[in-house]
Amino acid sequence: MRNSPTLAFSRRRFLASAAALPILAFHSSAMARSISGALPWEPLAGEPPAPVNPLGWKFFTPEEAATIEAIVTRFIPADDLSPNGKDAGCAVFIDRQLAGSYGAGSRLYMEGPFRPGLPTQGYQGSLTPAGRYREALRALNDYVRKQNGNKNFVQLSGEEQDAVLKGMEEGHIDLKLAGGLNTKAFFELLLQNTMEGFFADPVYGGNRDMVSWKMLGFPGARYDYRDFIDKHNQPYPLGPVGIVSGSADWASKG
Amino acid sequence: MAKLLPRKDVVIIGFGWTGAILAQELTDAGLDVLAIERGPWRDTATDFNIGYMPDELRYAIRKDLFLQPAQEAMTMRNHVSQTALPMRDYGSFLPGQGVGGAGVHWNGHTWRFWSSDFQLKSHLTERYGAGRLAGLQVEDWGVTYNEMESAYDRFEYLCGISGKAGNLKGKIQPGGNPFEDPRQREYPLPPMKMSYAPTMFAEATKGIGLHPFPTPSANLSESYVNPLGIAMGQCTYCGFCERFGCANYSKASAQTTILPVLMRKSNFEVRTECEVLKIDLDASGKKAKGVTYVDTSGVEWKQPADIVLVCAYALMNVRMLLLSGIGKPYNPKSGQGTIGRNYCYQTNAGARVYFDDKNFNPFIAAGALGQTVDDFNGDAFDHSALDFVGGAGINCIPTNGRPIGNRPTPPGTPRWGAEWKKATAQTYKSSFAFSSQGSSYAAQGNYLDLDPTYKDRFGRPLLRMTFDFPDNDIRMSHYVSDQMEKIAKALNPKQSTVGRLKKDWNSVPYQSTHNTGGAIMGADPTRSAVNRYLQSWDVSNVFVIGASAFPQNAGKNPTGTVGALAFWAADAIRNLYLRSPGPLVQA
Repeated sequence: MRNSPTLAFSRRRFLASAAALPILAFHSSAMARSISGALPWEPLAGEPPAPVNPLGWKFFTPEEAATIEAIVTRFIPADDLSPNGKDAGCAVFIDRQLAGSYGAGSRLYMEGPFRPGLPTQGYQGSLTPAGRYREALRALNDYVRKQNGNKNFVQLSGEEQDAVLKGMEEGHIDLKLAGGLNTKAFFELLLQNTMEGFFADPVYGGNRDMVSWKMLGFPGARYDYRDFIDKHNQPYPLGPVGIVSGSADWASKG
Repeated sequence: MAKLLPRKDVVIIGFGWTGAILAQELTDAGLDVLAIERGPWRDTATDFNIGYMPDELRYAIRKDLFLQPAQEAMTMRNHVSQTALPMRDYGSFLPGQGVGGAGVHWNGHTWRFWSSDFQLKSHLTERYGAGRLAGLQVEDWGVTYNEMESAYDRFEYLCGISGKAGNLKGKIQPGGNPFEDPRQREYPLPPMKMSYAPTMFAEATKGIGLHPFPTPSANLSESYVNPLGIAMGQCTYCGFCERFGCANYSKASAQTTILPVLMRKSNFEVRTECEVLKIDLDASGKKAKGVTYVDTSGVEWKQPADIVLVCAYALMNVRMLLLSGIGKPYNPKSGQGTIGRNYCYQTNAGARVYFDDKNFNPFIAAGALGQTVDDFNGDAFDHSALDFVGGAGINCIPTNGRPIGNRPTPPGTPRWGAEWKKATAQTYKSSFAFSSQGSSYAAQGNYLDLDPTYKDRFGRPLLRMTFDFPDNDIRMSHYVSDQMEKIAKALNPKQSTVGRLKKDWNSVPYQSTHNTGGAIMGADPTRSAVNRYLQSWDVSNVFVIGASAFPQNAGKNPTGTVGALAFWAADAIRNLYLRSPGPLVQA
């Protein structure tokens, strides 16, 4: 992502500041720029996201990965509408998000003091999104083992897994989480991130083969509907395209 | 020690809509103008590239173009009795940053406020008596609609707004908004082509005696060349508008309407990724010497200037005044002081209708493509027998079908599992939403000041926001929700839901980036921060331009009025201030 601090001083920035009357350029690390007398143009400026390679885990431990795969499969079960959440890539999506700037909370205000807040003030704990997953998945499996004769979440039946998830959603189950996190709020994060994975552009590792877009009839990044704007109440005839992968039909033809 | 730079005629803090308009106008007047912007340079082809801009996760969900709380956060609470805590992520509103500001990623609804909005206090007092305003702190603006008309016209022609006039020189026009005040000429472009949902909404509202009209849109219905000679393209109804930059040059922004001309001028310069720390005052405290800013390497610079224009987002304008010690901070207990006074927001509620047999293709959309009824907005209707003032526009503007954020299910559907999925697939194309966007009127306890505890990365206090919806506005919103129930019924759906706003404003779910007030304009220096020309009452070479100047917010999107105020202030500087620098209105 472009806001990742490690990418902050990119080749692009260097070229740009060198090209644009750099009154401030005698500070070698300065990104600040002066622009006057011309509309800047930068070659190779586009920064499309790099497609996720689905192999392996970047953030989750094996037990966490198995737990997440089980959860996303309960959230999004397989049926004639789509494959399940795991096969759609939702667990891989969450793993890559947590391994990156989202997981690190790079955009968040993380200065103390950390105090318990009102519901209208949002999450007030000190954990990053990655930290929230680490804490809550540990606590979830501890809770499940205690309740179920040492069986962890993935060893429960589907119905039992649903009951645990529903308990978290409705506030009946309190995992007693650290870091100012409450169980219901973590459930919301988990559901939100799963749905992001299922419905986002496939470049991020979820929505494999645009399965959710095909299910909905969402054409993705087509970008021009002028021919169809006044065809009211008619089905749009074209399938989805992604920003990097192009059309799902092209992808399936290899 | 900050290093001293050569002086400029004008320094502008923030380079969004207002900064770009002021820079364009004042460089035309021959002044040497510098804009300082804390975010990056951004332009269409390089930063809003068509190859990767339609990416919901990156731009709409991870908010890639917005201000990050890590850079500047704010604290919030609902009442003075509570302890404010930082919004660790922005939720209810999403301030912009970078060249073009929030004008890059707005939807493009471009309204004029009404005559009764500009003279709200005197208008309502005359019509309903002063008692009706108890508990509210509404004010007149110090300017009238008639004075603002040509400034609105210039902003609309700069942008290429697509719409239908409802009142041309006093004559009501079929197909337009019959409640608007007279405009001197038509919109520059005809309305956009309507998609199915707003077309149905228009038929149903007309059927129950209301007056629907096409929402005035900064998404262009046709290609256009604006008065600066800058060409723009026709909107393609892509459905990636709000939270995204436009890759088609078809949404008005500083980039698409001003920068191709402004950036080529030798008497204009922008310094990006430089953050102004404060406005520097002379020993008397009555005159600004310039600004101090810090670049990305942490070096501080002093930039002297004869005129300082505060053109950041409304909330940041207020914070800049407070950090610079300009004006008297507002005290919510005594009601005294001006900086931070009359902070207002927007009072909204949503509705959705569900059908079995319809296909609305929600992804064929644009940020401002839709229909509005203003029958219950502002003072368009008689409030004599009602227990509130104000009102709301009712808008059917289905801006997108992006599926992470827009995948409705009928009430009672589980939020995950097989039943959820089936309902999602069935409902995605066969339902649509409409909503009320209500006025937000000032109350004594709603205000902005500096937080006593939390600091930004430079050690400066964060802005503290104390806000809840006033009871008047809740009653207004519920009345308009009742009207939405009638509209929902007229649409004859299988099922419908109509929201009812509750007290305790919640900073987490997105509501509106229409934060107004805190440095309001007016005729009385004890109740306003700036005079009718947006000039600081306290420091006469400082002008504060933006929605910070709204004494209260109307039931309309603010950008049209923000753009008009920018032209209005530019005219005052060019025609009055430059001839005779000093206070333009005697306090």
